[in-house]
Amino acid sequence: MDLKLDHYTKDDTEIVVVEGEIDVYTAPRLRELLIDLVNKGNFHLVVNMEKVEFLDSTGLGVLVGGLKRVRAHDGTLDLVCTQERILKIFRITGLTKVFGIYESVQEAIDKRAAK
Amino acid sequence: MALVQLTISALPAHVRTARLMATAVARRAGIAESALDEIRLAVGEACSRAVEAHRAHCPGQPIEIELIDGSDARPPRRGGPTVPAPANGHAAKRFEVVVSDRAPAKEPDADRGAPASLDGAANGVYPGEHTPPGGVSGLSPDVGLAVIIGLADEVSIEPAEDGTVVRMSWPLASPDGQGPQLVG
Repeated sequence: MDLKLDHYTKDDTEIVVVEGEIDVYTAPRLRELLIDLVNKGNFHLVVNMEKVEFLDSTGLGVLVGGLKRVRAHDGTLDLVCTQERILKIFRITGLTKVFGIYESVQEAIDKRAAK
Repeated sequence: MALVQLTISALPAHVRTARLMATAVARRAGIAESALDEIRLAVGEACSRAVEAHRAHCPGQPIEIELIDGSDARPPRRGGPTVPAPANGHAAKRFEVVVSDRAPAKEPDADRGAPASLDGAANGVYPGEHTPPGGVSGLSPDVGLAVIIGLADEVSIEPAEDGTVVRMSWPLASPDGQGPQLVG
């Protein structure tokens, strides 16, 4: 499987764990999951990208779409990512300014609670 | 000079195939490991762009990818003359990827090499739940091109009525070992 998705609840936040490659082929599944989670009332999301091996602009777009959806409910969508090769596309597109990007799930949860 | 050509149906599933082939040929050409990620991403973006364009206009047509490991003379361009190597020997060896699609280039985007503002990219998400013209990502198609331009050493985008040719290239280290080079 090119992309593996899982999710669990922690401290009122839904953590989405992504493993594998997010590209034009696999991104629709992530998009559907994010839509589904929001439809079920999960407005605070953290997407853990530590096991993501590849992310392109299609994947970025899905994350931006997810962010827009939760914001419509005053929610948040933050990312956990320490891999420079994945962060690179965020930097090139300027999206590092748009997303909260943290080094761990706990940090993402703590920082959101502190706001 | 070595040439590897790949023709893929306009299917999202085979964008990864193209990425894998491009990375394998780039590695064989001696591209440094640290630069392979850039090539993987840029080629993926170019192919994704072509796939989305074909799905909108000509889903039955395949997309062509050329991977050129070389220096000297370039292979003849589609419909164009062979470009000879410069006489002064500056033909710094390059690894080049050419992605050719058959979808008509849109006006007026066709002449733009990059979006006017990347900050606007995030705001360009299309509202609503339907799949937007830019594909499932919802971002403007220009974002993919902007990524390519940000990653490739040299890029040319040649839109035409019968398709667009995206050429991306990166320098190869010279054989005397100058510059970063990873063998194997």
